[in-house]
Amino acid sequence: MPKVEFNVDRCKGCELCAVFCPQKIIKLSEGINKLGYHPATVKEMEKCTGCAICARVCPDCVIKVYK
Amino acid sequence: MKVVFERPRALSDVTTHYCPGCTHGIIHRLVAEVIDELGILERTIGVAPVGCAVLAYNYLECDWQQAAHGRAPAVATGIKRALPDRVVFTYQGDGDLASIGTAEIVHAANRGERITVIYVNNAIYGMTGGQMAPTTLEGQVTATSPRGRDIKQAGHPMRMAEMLATLPGVSYLARVAVNKPANIMKAKKAIKQAFMVQIDDLGFGMVEILSTCPTNWGLQPAKAMEWVDEKMIPYYPLGEFKVPGEVK
Amino acid sequence: MLGEKVLMKGNEAIGEAAIRAGCQLYFAYPITPQSELPQYLARRMPEEGRVFLQAESEIAAINMVYGAAGTGARVMTSSSSPGISLKQEGISYIAGAELPCVIVNIVRGGPGLGGIQPAQSDYFQATKGGGHGDYRLIVLAPASVQEMVDLTILAFDLADQYRNPVMILGDGVLGQMMEPVEFKDFEPVKIPKPWATTGRKGREKNIINSLYLDPTKLEEHNWHLQAKYREIAEKEVRYDTYRSEDAEVLVVAYGITARIARTAVDMARAQGIAAGLLRPITLFPFPTEAIAQAAEGAKALLTVELSAGQMVEDVRLAVNGKRPVYFYGRTGGMMPTPEEICREIVKVAGKEVAE
Repeated sequence: MPKVEFNVDRCKGCELCAVFCPQKIIKLSEGINKLGYHPATVKEMEKCTGCAICARVCPDCVIKVYK
Repeated sequence: MKVVFERPRALSDVTTHYCPGCTHGIIHRLVAEVIDELGILERTIGVAPVGCAVLAYNYLECDWQQAAHGRAPAVATGIKRALPDRVVFTYQGDGDLASIGTAEIVHAANRGERITVIYVNNAIYGMTGGQMAPTTLEGQVTATSPRGRDIKQAGHPMRMAEMLATLPGVSYLARVAVNKPANIMKAKKAIKQAFMVQIDDLGFGMVEILSTCPTNWGLQPAKAMEWVDEKMIPYYPLGEFKVPGEVK
Repeated sequence: MLGEKVLMKGNEAIGEAAIRAGCQLYFAYPITPQSELPQYLARRMPEEGRVFLQAESEIAAINMVYGAAGTGARVMTSSSSPGISLKQEGISYIAGAELPCVIVNIVRGGPGLGGIQPAQSDYFQATKGGGHGDYRLIVLAPASVQEMVDLTILAFDLADQYRNPVMILGDGVLGQMMEPVEFKDFEPVKIPKPWATTGRKGREKNIINSLYLDPTKLEEHNWHLQAKYREIAEKEVRYDTYRSEDAEVLVVAYGITARIARTAVDMARAQGIAAGLLRPITLFPFPTEAIAQAAEGAKALLTVELSAGQMVEDVRLAVNGKRPVYFYGRTGGMMPTPEEICREIVKVAGKEVAE
């Protein structure tokens, strides 16, 4: 099953991944990371198609994609 | 399950100083992916500009030289003439390349210098706090054009790709954007071509990349991506302005 | 032409010496009165399989020097005063990034576009920094075409040894005059350059840089540079003396002016005045100690320059108020005659040596 992994402490919470995710499954967390941002996270990983669009629009190379 | 996307080897495993949503990060990654795919990390030397990308030398794993403002094409020329079998690229913003460094970029292009230029155009001076750039659009409000850029007073936004494409020394020249996934894929292809014409000894290669500056544009990152479509691309059309016949 | 004497113009002699010293790249921009140098190297560098490139400006040329020097190659550029002013930004970066290179300034009269005749009015610019920040060039001042050869070869060695830009400070007379020169057989010094950006194969990445955003790091870098300049000051002072042992009036002059002053010293001696000459060969490091010592035995000093008075400030610092230091200068491309300088020596002697 495809999945994405976030390098949480690199995320600056810009939300570009969330906006461009075709499945709309990326949201910002409630919590705060080391940089002081709400990092992006996926709630329903089972809906991930592994398209890697989130990773390609991420300016901080936070996301690793498995398929 | 296999990894279908991960950090390219040539991209340093560090947090960048760029603002949230700034697309410099995407461009850095694309350059790193191209360096990896071409297998040239160990023979590549980058030239960093003055501007937001001044610290690019911390973010890509190749050798680097940091250049004075606008002088990167001259520095790259010095490196390439000393070491013709190495791959040399500059990474420059619009203040660096299109304002203070116009002489250096025009003459490096005109000599057909075997270098690759990554030209990041975000229509503003980022590092110094959002002042008007040579590429700032008509009517665009910046710290030094508070009533919007007045063409009569400040002249026209400069289209560097079109201007440089007239020079015979240029082998490959394209304008791309990194404001949505499809454009990002095209941007990577263009960057690769601009490196290939150097490696194949065909001439000067440059990619102008329309990039965002959410902080100084005063827009959310996603809105900034839309602004590129709405405002920048109509004035700075995307496409290939020069393509060599014989690129493999 | 090895080992034999040949007649050469000063500017061309610098070019040939650079080739002998292993200069691999030379970046040029035409300006009078140094254009014979790029013209000479435009022919000779390709013959030797090396790089000659005429840049679009002095600014581009010095930045090409930065790039090429950063790869570890021996590199040179040359210009004359207004062009050297344009290069100052690049020179500051080169000094900050500690890149070895040789910069030739065949000085002409200023300020502004000035003229095209010889001058020594770039002394401050050459020895006190020139560009922004706390830095020094090693500055060598030849007084003959032979010395242009010898000091050019030395310049490349010093540049590599100290990772520092070296300036040859000549003038339009030396650049244009023809004299017999000898090229001696020698092996250029080879100093390893593990810091060079040549592609990272087999090592960690290298970065050529002068940016230190952390003030503690920038201060550390500055203290490192200052320690290097102190070491240069201790080890690399060079000067020449003529009839100075018993001199009561000690003339201090460099470059072409020192040659005229030498004749003036003989003329003054013929009139019974114990005149002598001290000629700095390195302007940075300045022969402060040597001048201080020579001043002990003298009654007064006379500094002669093709300027309104620049090196005289360093002579005064060296003498530190112990003896009067007089100045005589011509500017704008005007040259003093030996008689003129002799007259000044006589004047100084009249004031300070009169019984």
